[in-house]
Amino acid sequence: MSLDQLTNEAPAYNFAYLDEQTKRMIRRAILKGIAVPGYQVPFAAREMPMPYGWGTGGVQVTASVLGESDILKVIDQGADDTTNAVSIRNFFAKTANVDLTTHTSEATVIQTRHRIPEEELQEHQTLVYQVPIPEPLRFLEPRETETRKMHALSEYGLIHVKLYEDIATHGHIATTYAYPVMVEGRYVMDPSPTPKFDNPKMHKSKALQLFGAGREKRIYALPPHTDVVSLDFEDHPFTIQEWPDTKCAMCGAEGVYFDEVILDDAGNNMFVCSDSDYCETRQSEGHLGPLNADYKERMQ
Amino acid sequence: MSLDQDLPLLSVKNLSHFYGQHLGCKNVNFDLYPGEVLAIVGESGSGKTTLLNCLSTQIIPTDGAVFYRNRKGQSDNLYEMSEAQQRILLRTDWGFVRQHPRDGLRMNVSAGANVGERLMALGDRHYGKIRDTALDWLEKVEIQADRIDDAPRTFSGGMQQRLQIARNLVTNPRLVFMDEPTGGLDVSVQARLLDLIRRLVSELGLSIIIVTHDLAVARLLSDRIMVMKDGKVIEQGLTDQVLDDPHQAYTQLLVSSILHVGS
Amino acid sequence: MYVAVKGGEKAIKNAHTLFAAKRRGNENVPGLRLDQITEQLSFAVDRVMGEGSLYDPELAAMAIRQAQGDLIEAIFLIRAYRTTLPRFGYAEPIETGKMAIERRISATFKDLPGGQVLGPTFDYSHRLINFDFDAEAAPETPPSSDEDIDLNAEVPRVSDILGKSGMIEPDHQFDEGHETGDLTRTPIDFPTDRDVRLQNLARGDEGFLLALGYSTQRGYARSHPFAGEIRFGEVEVEFFAEELGFAVPIGTMEVTECQMINQFKGSAKAPPAFTRGYGLVFGQAERKAMSMALVDRSLRWKELGEEFSAPAQDQEFVLSHSDNIQATGFVEHLKLPHYVDFQAELDLIRTMRKEFDAQQNENGDEPKMEAAQ
Repeated sequence: MSLDQLTNEAPAYNFAYLDEQTKRMIRRAILKGIAVPGYQVPFAAREMPMPYGWGTGGVQVTASVLGESDILKVIDQGADDTTNAVSIRNFFAKTANVDLTTHTSEATVIQTRHRIPEEELQEHQTLVYQVPIPEPLRFLEPRETETRKMHALSEYGLIHVKLYEDIATHGHIATTYAYPVMVEGRYVMDPSPTPKFDNPKMHKSKALQLFGAGREKRIYALPPHTDVVSLDFEDHPFTIQEWPDTKCAMCGAEGVYFDEVILDDAGNNMFVCSDSDYCETRQSEGHLGPLNADYKERMQ
Repeated sequence: MSLDQDLPLLSVKNLSHFYGQHLGCKNVNFDLYPGEVLAIVGESGSGKTTLLNCLSTQIIPTDGAVFYRNRKGQSDNLYEMSEAQQRILLRTDWGFVRQHPRDGLRMNVSAGANVGERLMALGDRHYGKIRDTALDWLEKVEIQADRIDDAPRTFSGGMQQRLQIARNLVTNPRLVFMDEPTGGLDVSVQARLLDLIRRLVSELGLSIIIVTHDLAVARLLSDRIMVMKDGKVIEQGLTDQVLDDPHQAYTQLLVSSILHVGS
Repeated sequence: MYVAVKGGEKAIKNAHTLFAAKRRGNENVPGLRLDQITEQLSFAVDRVMGEGSLYDPELAAMAIRQAQGDLIEAIFLIRAYRTTLPRFGYAEPIETGKMAIERRISATFKDLPGGQVLGPTFDYSHRLINFDFDAEAAPETPPSSDEDIDLNAEVPRVSDILGKSGMIEPDHQFDEGHETGDLTRTPIDFPTDRDVRLQNLARGDEGFLLALGYSTQRGYARSHPFAGEIRFGEVEVEFFAEELGFAVPIGTMEVTECQMINQFKGSAKAPPAFTRGYGLVFGQAERKAMSMALVDRSLRWKELGEEFSAPAQDQEFVLSHSDNIQATGFVEHLKLPHYVDFQAELDLIRTMRKEFDAQQNENGDEPKMEAAQ
């Protein structure tokens, strides 16, 4: 069989692409990660047919947990229709033939890059994060040998030095995404580059949260109901992004994470929900924002 | 409490270290008592820095033991401790002032963060209090309060060295290692730094092991002195006694060379 | 009226169709055949096999064609395919001392047992573009080999010759019980031993290793290298068959081996002797094999008690960044949408600018002066 045939004919590959041996290896890493929440478990990440940095870690984790009865949702930047989300969804459509959905509530497995859905996740759901740099201390200390020791000995002074510097320089903590968290009072963890807005959703989540970093060959996990606390100071507590007086232009939602959309070259803009499913569901339920076409109709 | 004062803080037994076949230091024995300042002198290559690195567990010696009495009064062999315990000692009970400030400071974060790091490592989570403590320590080491947010690279050599001292002392360590802390500084800057160290030692009751090739520094700071040559301790005793009445020919040579310069 | 950008699916499909058309180019030009690539672009094929870690010239040619000559992309195709192959086991170590030599040179001895065999090489050619080049013309018949050199005889390795007198360190020995690592099955655990380091370098990017090797020559961890020997030719690959109880030959492959000989002043543990840097690459890839040998040697600083001073000695730095598939993926992932994080940063900068302006207003009419101080 030629390579061309192999890449065109999905059935030549095992269910969800990875061979069962590899899946077992990854599942062992996942189980270890669940047993030690927040600890980065090294695993022998495979080369995947998409580039490193484009979700290979998340894809391997998803491939290893996916069963035939699962319903999969893939989002990137909160949206189901962004190019990389489409590409990854197609990959699983081709190799696993599972049911696909864009509705958060219907999905049993959600693979995500950069967002956590607005709708609260439930016990039967697994959220799989794509992680580029799993090491929260990496930019403070580039050496793996050193950061491993720091985790082992809970030497986390350095990460507070960074937060201290933020406050000394800017008057407040200036980390807006990939905001480090303390897991069960033991391991400092990188939540992947989700905006800090999403950090509180990780805390005591009912869903299982799995993190896969393919290039860096690490898996970590948060079992349901795990304590996840964003690092801060007592007198400079953690806060999330806020858009006061802002509503989604499409569905009128408030208190969600917004995408800013530039409307013209005069600098006019509007805000819409970053979570496309959340926004569409609200619209279908009759919630309309001021720039929604149906809104004007209704007003007339 | 008084009993504790009579027992050595650090007890060094037959310490030897070889780099392959090359001798680092050999058969070193001494006790260090609380509040005592011990100077290790000798020329470069005499083994004094090797010894200091062994004592501070940066090097695990080929042979011998060092017992450290912790705050609970318990005396443990440093080299039988786990690396975790050693590292905890290094950032709480001990300090290490290095010759080059860039080795002992984080040059890319502010003075305040440099002083505050150990506190944060120990779990302090109140920015305002950490900052107040940092300000307090900057004052103690004679650095102006308005420099708290400046990076150490904007400081003079003497200031950097004083900052390094503050960064080490902020957790009230019991034992501080110093490796040529005045090396590379101008004479007038040296004098000010030595004065400061002397004042802090007496105020805080610190025990210090200081490595220096400068007998004047040893005379000014130390209670006791150890002279090293070719990896071995050739003479030790009370500083004044050794310097005024050296027994070994080598020590005599060292002392006389200083006197010539001084006179 | 705003409509959320839909149709990622359609856009991707169209992009792929456009790309396939670009790959084919002008249809009046005959399409590339695989044998044209394997026969006439052998260095490209060798590089793709080496860095793709899969010895299969035809597959490499396929990948090069599909990747339109982008060798890193071709390597990527090979790697992604390789990882899906079942693993039967590990071959026996190849015997480069028994290589059927096509080319073998030593810069350290004028003549030596087995002789200098220049063989096919770019070396000593003048790099003049041949404007009259006729791709179809038959080349001159190569001369048959010198009568006094028997290319089928075993040619001892320079390191073995030097080794007899104890002038050079022996082959690397691991502690008893050391199990050879496999970086495709176990993630690298720093600091790592020479076996895994060599595996990493062997599939590492040629350009990266070339630059690092070059840096050691320019004084960043200088190791005074001599090209003790570079040999290229065919070796037999054997596989130990459990059922038979002995190793059976399963095929041959071409490899380039470089033994770099480096000065070593001696340490407390060892008398002065020459040391070695080692390079082994699929196919004919001398530049890569030599670079690999230089970097291998510089990574051994600790074991040899040398000073640490340069990037080429830093195993975390070298081994973490040598893989061009990892590197290209992560660099190119910047093309993916990042607008959620960008929104967060936008928000922060806005807040900070507001604070800055407020501060300026508070300070009255001379904000510029304040800022300057």
